[in-house]
Amino acid sequence: MSNPDFPPTYPRVLPVGEAAFTVELSASVDSALNRRVHALDAALAATATGGIVECVPSYRSLLVIYDPDTVSSACLGSLLLELALAVPAADTATTGRVVEIPVQYGGEAGPDLEDVARHCHLTPTEVIRLHSRTAYQVAMLGFTPGFAYLLGLPQALSTPRLETPRFRVEPGSVGIAGDQTGVYALSSPGGWRIIGRTPLELFDLRRPDPFMLKAGDEVQFVES
Amino acid sequence: MLEVIDSGQLTTVQDRGRIGWARYGVPPSGPMDALALTAANELVDNTPDSAGLEITLHGPILRAWQDCLIAVCGAEFELWVGRLPVPTWSAIFVRAEYLIRFGARSRGARAYLAIAGGIDTPPFLGSRSTHLKGGFGGLDGRALFNGDYLAIGPLSPGALDVRLRSSAQMITKAGRAWPAAQRPIYTDAPILRVVLGPQHDHFTPEAMNYFLATAYTLTPKADRMGIHLQGERLTHRQRPDGTLADGIVSDGLVTGSIQVPPNGQPIVMMVDHQTTGGYPKIATVIRADLPLLAQCLPGNTVRFRAVSVAEASAAFQRQTGCSE
Repeated sequence: MSNPDFPPTYPRVLPVGEAAFTVELSASVDSALNRRVHALDAALAATATGGIVECVPSYRSLLVIYDPDTVSSACLGSLLLELALAVPAADTATTGRVVEIPVQYGGEAGPDLEDVARHCHLTPTEVIRLHSRTAYQVAMLGFTPGFAYLLGLPQALSTPRLETPRFRVEPGSVGIAGDQTGVYALSSPGGWRIIGRTPLELFDLRRPDPFMLKAGDEVQFVES
Repeated sequence: MLEVIDSGQLTTVQDRGRIGWARYGVPPSGPMDALALTAANELVDNTPDSAGLEITLHGPILRAWQDCLIAVCGAEFELWVGRLPVPTWSAIFVRAEYLIRFGARSRGARAYLAIAGGIDTPPFLGSRSTHLKGGFGGLDGRALFNGDYLAIGPLSPGALDVRLRSSAQMITKAGRAWPAAQRPIYTDAPILRVVLGPQHDHFTPEAMNYFLATAYTLTPKADRMGIHLQGERLTHRQRPDGTLADGIVSDGLVTGSIQVPPNGQPIVMMVDHQTTGGYPKIATVIRADLPLLAQCLPGNTVRFRAVSVAEASAAFQRQTGCSE
């Protein structure tokens, strides 16, 4: 059993079974790299290639699910590599949207605010100020429907996950896990440190587009 | 209308899945054994997007409140309509007020009941499939309870070729059986073909040998989200800096993706899987073999065999070609 070179070179286009590819742009993550993923997602959509079922952008890669009866894996594979090599570095959010999210920090809405402050050697007010001062990028949605993983958390707020996840996290909860911050769209169990909650419905079926946030959006938290 | 007299162990409404929402974190859901639901739908002349019931381990008792045509495919169950034993993998005419009863299960884990017209629950994001963890789709986002009623879709007069209009036509259709040669052979020790990767380079050569040469046993943790296996430990490689390559930056998953967390025991993602995951994926089970895994029970064993993308694609075409 031969093993390819490790660590690998990027970008690379890898089969995920016979009906999907993953295009990895790098092994690591930063906002600029993640913007390239979203740019690649948009560039692929712009080609209007037949047989693409759906794409899942994530931190540093794009999953492309396709119908091999409509587009051959060889053709699609080379198209993806070509696009990945050509995708430029982008310095703005790909969707061009900035979404303001009002957040009530602390108290019942943010039960872990004090612990995060203690861990970071800051006051709760400083945590709020730092967290709401930053522009974040929606790196991807995943975990549960609508859960938004955001890039751009100030290093000073980095706090490990809870040792024991909560049985239930309220929808709209804003949390911190390591270097990440994120928003729960639905209630679910969860191990992120919850510092606040937004009254916005991030997932609302009455809207034609039920998910408020999209991968590539920019997010700004506003203390309410 | 169907009345649920006894819901069985875990019976959910499923159509072929919720496609196009993975980028928002919504899994495909749909049938664990897509081949069996497709066969059942075809036997009753349903369109391929019709919803049926996924029946798990212990089957339900249902009462038909209208004349209807049903078919049950997938796991082998004893099946009665009224007091008459009837075969699976066949179209069966059911008179109004008769009971449809599932009995002992002799093979497999999941059976699919299709009914002419389809189960008509409100679609959610374009699909009637139940996603239990998200609490949406199907009947109020949950498994069936005793006392539930399920609406049946209309037998549209405008679609003569795909829908059946009268009991007389249904009786004519009844008895049609799925050819035995085209039924999958469910076993308690299937060989699952896989396409290696996308992150098999995160594993040692010994791990790759174990993965392809030894058997893995289904643990009790085997459900619609994922099937946890146990066997020879699949060791992650060391990175040049000496750390173990036992995590990756989270990326997208498909049904069939095999993640290997730091404990070295593989998990096969199934239809209700999380859309993203952070463990290296050693391989992906090909679509044609997912039904074999879907019908396995805890304690059963699987072996993996690597195939090319072209072989995987051809296998799926052969399988779906049979059904048309």
